[in-house]
Parts: sequence; C-alpha cells; structure tokens
Amino acid sequence: MKRRSRYAAVSLTAALILSACSSGPSSSSGPSSSSGPSSSSSLSGQTINLSLSHHAWTTSLQTFIGDFTTETGIKVDVNVYDDAQQATLYNVKLNAGSSDIDVLMFRPLQNTQQFTQNGWFADLTKYVNASTDWNWNDFWQSARDSVTVNNKIIGVPLVSETGVLYYRKDLLAETGMPYPKTMDDLKAVVAKIHELHPDIFAFAGRGEVSAAVTQFSSFLYSMGGNWTDGKGNSTINSDAAKAAYKLYGGLIHDYGPPGETDMNWPQVMGLLQQGLVAFYPEASSNYDSAVDPTQSKVADQIGVGPIPAGPAGSKPYNITAMALGISAFSKHKDAAWAFIKWATNQANSLTIQEAGVPGARTSVWNDPKGTSTLAPDLLATIQGNSKIGVGYDRPQVVNVDQARQIVGAPIVAAIQGGDSNAVADQANSDFQALLDGQAK
Amino acid sequence: MSSPVIAWRAAISLWVNRNRKWILSGPAIAFIVLLLVIPLGYTLYLSFTDAGSSLRASFHFTGLGNYTNVLTDTRRFWPAVYRTVLFTVGAVSVEMLLGAAIALLLRREFRGQGIVRVIILMPLVATPVAVAMLWRLIFEPTIGFANEFLRFFGLPGSEWLSSPSTALPTLMFIDVWQWTPMVALLLLAGLTTVPEEPEEAARVDGANVFQRFWFVTLPLMRSVVFAALILRSVEAFKTFDILYATKGAGGGSMHEAETINIYAYGINFSDNRYGLASAVLVVFFIMVLVLVTLQIVARRRGQ
Repeated sequence: MKRRSRYAAVSLTAALILSACSSGPSSSSGPSSSSGPSSSSSLSGQTINLSLSHHAWTTSLQTFIGDFTTETGIKVDVNVYDDAQQATLYNVKLNAGSSDIDVLMFRPLQNTQQFTQNGWFADLTKYVNASTDWNWNDFWQSARDSVTVNNKIIGVPLVSETGVLYYRKDLLAETGMPYPKTMDDLKAVVAKIHELHPDIFAFAGRGEVSAAVTQFSSFLYSMGGNWTDGKGNSTINSDAAKAAYKLYGGLIHDYGPPGETDMNWPQVMGLLQQGLVAFYPEASSNYDSAVDPTQSKVADQIGVGPIPAGPAGSKPYNITAMALGISAFSKHKDAAWAFIKWATNQANSLTIQEAGVPGARTSVWNDPKGTSTLAPDLLATIQGNSKIGVGYDRPQVVNVDQARQIVGAPIVAAIQGGDSNAVADQANSDFQALLDGQAK
Repeated sequence: MSSPVIAWRAAISLWVNRNRKWILSGPAIAFIVLLLVIPLGYTLYLSFTDAGSSLRASFHFTGLGNYTNVLTDTRRFWPAVYRTVLFTVGAVSVEMLLGAAIALLLRREFRGQGIVRVIILMPLVATPVAVAMLWRLIFEPTIGFANEFLRFFGLPGSEWLSSPSTALPTLMFIDVWQWTPMVALLLLAGLTTVPEEPEEAARVDGANVFQRFWFVTLPLMRSVVFAALILRSVEAFKTFDILYATKGAGGGSMHEAETINIYAYGINFSDNRYGLASAVLVVFFIMVLVLVTLQIVARRRGQ
C-alpha cells in the first residue's frame, strides 16, 4: 500500500510538472507549394486567417475591413494579438508548419532575419511584380529595403515610426527657455523644471531592459554611438555609447518616477496622461495616446519636438515599424495576397493615414489629405526626421530579443545609479559572443 | 448445438474477460502515453541536441553539452535555482502557518461562519493572470493604491514589484494571498477527521493549547499536512503565471524574478534555443522529483 502510494505520488507529481515540460510543437506538415498569382474570381468563397498586431493601424483597418469581403468574396477571420502573445504564437504555429495563419503582421526590424532564416515567409516577389497597378515603387525606398532579403520581397510596409520627444508646453513656457536644441539644453531645461516642480517627473522614459532599447537608440546615435561597427564587431562599450547610456539612464535616474526599470511605454504614457511627466522620448506612433482627451488630463498641453542634438547631431531612428507578410505554410496564398494588396493600396493607405497612422507611401505623404489630420508639430518632426533618421532602432541580428536583453543592461544600470560603464563592458563581450555565434 | 456466431461471440467475451484489466485501463494508459510519456521523451531527446531557431531546421546531437552549459552557468541558471528555492520555501512556509491558523479558527462552530469561509476562499477562485494584473495596478509605485494607502498614514512608499530588491518578496506575498486559502481548506478537511477524545484527554491531563495542538492534533493529521505540503511545494516550485504576468519573460530588467521556469520559457520562446531549454527543463524535472521523494521519505520516517 505504501509503495503504491509513493508511485501514485510520483506519477501525480510528474503530471503536475509536465505543464512546465513541453518544448514547443513537434508535428510538422510540409509547406504548400506556392503557385503564381491567379485571377481573383476563383478566390471568392475562400476564408483567410489574419494574425494582426494590437496597433493603431489595425484599429483603423477594422473600421472598413468588411469592404474587402464585399469586393472580392473572400472571407476574413481576424485575430488581434499583443506583442508578446503574437511572438509566442508565431513561434509555436510557424515552428509546427501550421497552415492556420495566412496573413501575418510583423515587425521588419524584429522578425525579418529570423523568419527568413527559418523559412517562415512566403516569397512575394512574383505577386508584387504582377501587381503593376498597385505601384510597389510608391513605397519609400528604405521601407522597401526593410522587407527585402536577398532580392526577395517578404512583406509589404504599413507603418512608419520615428523617435520624437514629447513634452509639456506649459511647463516649458514656465521656465522661459526655448525648446532644447542640444542634449545640454535638455539637461538644463529638465533641471529647471525639477526645481520649479519637484513633484513632477521632469524626464521619464522606458526603463524596462528590452523595451527601452528602441527609444534609447535615438540617444545612442545622436551621441555618436552605434550597436556595431557594421563589420560584426560590437561597439556598445565605445566612449560615445557609454556617454549615451549615462545620459539616457542618468536623466531617468535623476528625474524619473520610481520603478522605472519595470516600465514599458503604456506605464510611462499613463503617468504623462496624469500630468506627472514633463519630457518623454517615445515613438511618434503613440501620439494618439498622449493627446487623447478621454485619457489625458493634459491633452491640450502636449507638444512634440525632435530629439535634441548630441555630438553627432540629431539622429533619431526612422523606421518601418509594421509590415504584412504571408506564411510559407499558408494554403491560401493567392487570397492572402489579394487581401494585402487591397489593404495597402493607395486609397486605403490614405484612409488609414487620415486616421492618424503614418504610413510608408510617398503619394499619401504628398497628398494634403494625408497630412492634414496630423498635428503641425508632429508633422514637422516626422518630416524633419525622415531626412536625418537612422533606419533601425535596435541591433540588426537574427535573434533581436536576445540582443535587446544584452544591450539594454547598461540602460538599467544607469537608471539605478549603478556603474553603467562596467555593465557596458560586460554587455559588449556578451553581445560580441552573440554576433560571433551568428556569423558561424 | 452452438452456431459459429455464438461460438465467436463466446470467444470474444472470454478474451475481453481475460484482458479486462487492460481494456478498462486502456484509455487512461493511452492518455498518459500520448500526453505525458511522448512529450517528456521528446524533451529529453531535444536536450541532447543543439536544436535552435526553428524546430524545422536540422539539428545535431551534442551529447551532454547542454547539460554542461546549464550546470556551469552561474549568471542565469544558478541564480534562478536560488530564487526558485527561496520563493518556494518562503511562500510555502508562510502559507502552511497561516493556513493552519485559519483552519483552527474555522474549526469551531460560530455565527456567520459561512460568510467568513466564502470570503477567505475568494482569492482561490480568481484567475492567477487576472490576479497578477490587479496586484500590478495596486503596487504601481506612483499612482498605485498600496503607496497611496501608506502615504495616507504618513509612511514611506515602496517600489514593490518594480524594484529588483523588492520584486521577489512582493511576488511571494501575492502567492501567499492566493494560495493560503487552499492550504486552510485542506487542513480544515484534515481537522474534521481528527477525533475529539485524545485532545480532551490531553486537556484533562493539563496540556495547554499549544501542547495540545503540537503533540496531539498535529500528529493525528500528519498525512493531510504532508499532502498539502507536497502539493503546494510542487506548485510553488513551478509557479509561472503570476511571475510572467507581472514581470514578463526574463523576470524583469535584472532578472530579479527569474525562476527556473521563467528562465526556461525565456530561452525557449525568446532566444529560440530549444535544446538548451529542454536541458533546463529536464534538470528542473529531476529537481522536482527529488523534492517530492525527500518529502515522501520524511513522511514515512515520521510514521
């Protein structure tokens, strides 16, 4: 009896911890053979599954997505996920070669290299070449480059995004100082606001190790630093990079809210909306949250300006944040392409940009309708950044997640008032190991 | 004179009769093989390979390489082991003590005991992820309720979940809040099976309330205490939901809440190093088995 109960206990335990012991899927089904574009009439009646990201572009598209089914007869099954959920979903489904997903929304800078290496993207070059009326060349060159790998097109750009500085106009006016042109000006303005309003966080920013990397990148480039030297060598412990870590993390350490190392943009934005933050570097695409009168107590006082200049000038990131691709395992590639083509055509791109989501089509930016709904200071900053911006906001490696954890560590150290230089040296050797492992 | 059909039926029913133990337990065996043995075996197999980036990519047999990497990793793995043990021991010991106290209080009949029991059991029925989100809001350092509450009484606030030094204790507190009711419930069930006579005899002999509990009541409900202890230890050891929902993959900016489970999830789903993650999970599995075996041995010694 005792022995049996022991076995029972052990097998019960095994059952209990098994939930922790599964290493992803193991089933596999071969990718469906890709056929060339076919006429849309044969596609009517098919259903395609869309995996979209929780993003302003998606929200805007959903208001008229029904038109697509009306026009083509293709039914759409829409699923919207947040970042972490979607990353896991792709990992599981695409690893298993599941044909559940047809159209996938992705982040070119985060996923392109990895998904391409894993063979998860369908090659869209044929479709793009066959769609002359849709005008691929209307998309910005840099946006096209971000979704082109070895001359193969693997996605269509949707959203452009750039690093800007959100600030409180009323608090800046109170100091009597102009908008900060240089990083030194920024330090002075922030110190002055802190002096006048010790209860307000004069400078706040993303502090969570991985989330902070993208917004920190504008500071890194402006201080004259970069992730690598472009030849496979890490440069995150260069003097310029160390100065950037100290600047960004130090401002947050001196003037930011408590618990910063746990904050992604929704948390910092929440404090800004409560009227508790004066300066905050963040993505242009989050503008709507900052000025939404239903959420923000200070909606009418929020201004947007360019990243102040460091020794290297003002070098914000300016990227293609989102794109649509087709899964290599999709069984409805033609119908999926029909959807992408429809969602990104000129008219619909204009509609979405009018809703306040900056796109990547030249014609839409040249059309007064496409810019009339953007706030003047936001528009000026976006247009200014497009001339001087850097086309990536994170290290360009296969495994971006891992790299962000590494290069973000000195930011966290600086926020906590620790020795960010020593941490940058350690991070540099970790990042070098990652780059070397990738080069093999 | 039996027809061939009847003979055939008789043969079948004879075979079924003879093999009834296999036939009746067949579905359960199939279930265990499909959902336990095969995934475990596959995890074990992956742990000896360099599987990474995509499971559809080719991978090679690397022998014990992953295990060497894991067991010599003093930057992520061993700190994660330390945190897992700390979290488990800290949370479970408080849960057992509080659970026992609540069970003893609820043992006696009193007015309104139904309402009290319902209130005490409330945390148990809440979804862990929702609970985590709720506490995350409560513990927000600037505008969260916890610090507002402390400031109201003139006390300094804390960074709670968001500071590397206080995150793990705060998470233990959440675990205690959520799981003490279950321990109390189990111990209460155990208490109701304890006869009253020995305790009354002890009272007549002049034992005080603590002596009566320690020397009379507790030994009589030892098996329930052990059951609760094993169940909670294993559960706490492999806690995932509240940690992930509050601190995300990686367990925070300094990995301050990264237990073995969270670490394995991170290298599996963020880094896509399936071989290494499988090795971590196999080591983890062995640790849990050792934990349970130790507890069972202790229990048998006690008997």
